Amino acid sequence: MKTVQAKKKVFNNRIPHRTIRLAAALLCVLLLGSLCACGTSTPSPEEPAPSTGVTINVYNWGEYISDGSDGSLDVNEEFTRRTGIEVNYTTFATNEELYAKLSIGGTDYDVIIPSDYMVGKLIENNMLQKLDFSNIPNFELIDEEFRNPQYDPTNEYSVPYTWGVVGIFYNTNMVDVDPDNVSWDLLWDERYAGQILMFDNPRDAFAIAQARLGQSFNTTDPADWEAAAEELMKQKPLVQSYVMDQIFNKMGNNEAALAPYYAGDGAILLEENEDLAFAVPKEGTNKFVDAMCIPVGSQHKAEAEAYINFMCDVEIATANIEYIGYSTPESAVKEQLDPEIAENEMFYPSDEVLDRSEIFTNLPDDTNLLLDSLWLQVKTGGSDSTVALIAVLIGFIMVYIGIVVYKKIKAKRLRS
Amino acid sequence: MKSKAIAAPYVVWMAIFTVVPLALVLVFAFTDRSGNFTLENIANVSRYSGVFLSSIWLGALATIICLLLGYPMAYIISRKAGGRQSVMVMLMMLPMWMNFLLRTYAWMTLLENNGLINNFLGLFGIGPLELINTQGAVVLGMVYNFFPYMVLPIYSVLTKLDGRVMEAAQDLGANRIQVFGRVILPLSMPGIISGITMVFVPAVSTFIISKMLGGGANLLIGDLIDMQFLGSAYNPNLGSAISLVLMVLILICMGIMNQFDDGEEEGGIIV
Repeated sequence: MKTVQAKKKVFNNRIPHRTIRLAAALLCVLLLGSLCACGTSTPSPEEPAPSTGVTINVYNWGEYISDGSDGSLDVNEEFTRRTGIEVNYTTFATNEELYAKLSIGGTDYDVIIPSDYMVGKLIENNMLQKLDFSNIPNFELIDEEFRNPQYDPTNEYSVPYTWGVVGIFYNTNMVDVDPDNVSWDLLWDERYAGQILMFDNPRDAFAIAQARLGQSFNTTDPADWEAAAEELMKQKPLVQSYVMDQIFNKMGNNEAALAPYYAGDGAILLEENEDLAFAVPKEGTNKFVDAMCIPVGSQHKAEAEAYINFMCDVEIATANIEYIGYSTPESAVKEQLDPEIAENEMFYPSDEVLDRSEIFTNLPDDTNLLLDSLWLQVKTGGSDSTVALIAVLIGFIMVYIGIVVYKKIKAKRLRS
Repeated sequence: MKSKAIAAPYVVWMAIFTVVPLALVLVFAFTDRSGNFTLENIANVSRYSGVFLSSIWLGALATIICLLLGYPMAYIISRKAGGRQSVMVMLMMLPMWMNFLLRTYAWMTLLENNGLINNFLGLFGIGPLELINTQGAVVLGMVYNFFPYMVLPIYSVLTKLDGRVMEAAQDLGANRIQVFGRVILPLSMPGIISGITMVFVPAVSTFIISKMLGGGANLLIGDLIDMQFLGSAYNPNLGSAISLVLMVLILICMGIMNQFDDGEEEGGIIV
């Protein structure tokens, strides 16, 4: 779901594995190619397809695609090679940034990859186009549980890309806890005052307080949100800082002991500091899905659908998942993964954990506004006094007038 | 006529990238989501007065510290011989060749509880002191990042000072303190004022420093504006209103500063 400032080569040890597989695939292709060398017009994969002159604009999370570094497959390049469609790939850091870009307009994206609740918001605001699933045959590979999600109930607008859950990363040397019995209360535990990191985005931060209170993450009752804000204010004195990407640094060098974060980044975190462990708290958590969509205004819808289809291809998706570390919504891809990853509860939590998790959906506008102002209250500590600002403003103006008047008088006196 | 032709690209540039955006900010600030005129956004800004006050306070503090440190430094540099002078200016500019974010990031590693400073103090059994995620750290970040903007204008004014003026003052019996207080300081006022403006304005509106060194809990106006555009409630109207109020505040501050400037010049002419 989220950005990673310095994606390290986490899956280094498996590169030979992949190389072998790639080589095998290539060999098959060569054999096939030599068998039916005469005839078919479909370009064989080892031969680049002729350029179509079409460029599609893809807008994705930062560090969220296999880009050819560390011997991984460069997915975009591979797409161009196979289809002759150029890819102009750009990235964003938050769903809200994506939303701001799209609503300002002026840029025509063909494929975007927002998260669940943002997909819902975009659908609601008529900012997405319906997909033509006949162009996306690989949608069949998507597991049943990821079809018709809450944020896109009829599944007409989105194709899942990756998913994951939020949990607590903790330093086993600094935190004394039973790994099977972790609770969100840990982030309110005074023993760890000053060693707790917290999400620096309102939705994720509130979700943690809401999980503790047993609320739904998608409640529209203002009282619920206020109660959650109350909890966050209680927690604030214990929080070292509100961060996003900086968690890698701070957890990596033992600067902090506890941090909630996305499981998909666990591999990087654990590589940075082997004393870290991950647990999904027993109260339940947020499960997120990032999905590929085509926004209104896309000039190359068919090519965009080809891209989405390509991303769902087992070989491509496997290379992608191996690189980015988040979880795949395709069983066929999961089978291709290193069993160490596929059987890891961090990436593929048990059904029991998933039963306790909830996906974010889009909140109504007034709830979003409330959420923002409550979040501000949490961060600035209580409501502000209006009088003070006006007093300061008037004070400034008085000083200004005072100086002007003083100078006039002085000038007059000098003249006389 | 000729000078007008030369200025044309600049005028076009200003129109497209300064005037139009400013007009857009104005329009957004006074309209609601559906584009109707409203004063609600401006009224809502007052809800965030605490953030405004703390930004102004921290910005002013950083500016004063910059001035107190920067003036003597500019003075010392301007009194050095030519070669040394350029070396010193260069040394001061050197950090600015590095990316702003990188420099601020470096302070994070220095100030952290397991950072270099606390590790060093730990050798003597002191600490760890709570350095990062405080208002002090934010002010430090501002001072560090904007310091050259204070020194350079003062320095350039001081180097252009006519040495004969000071000699004249000394001939007329002024001691060193009097020469400084009654000749050098008033003459360097334009430099001081542009230095203050160049430090105060970016310091008040910065957001990344408070994010990185303030732990995300010491919000400044810049963070507030950032939240309106990239927060969960996308609200460019309120964001524009906040920017507008900030601009007015800065305008007033600059007006006050300019009054000081003119006053001295006038005084100088009359005397």
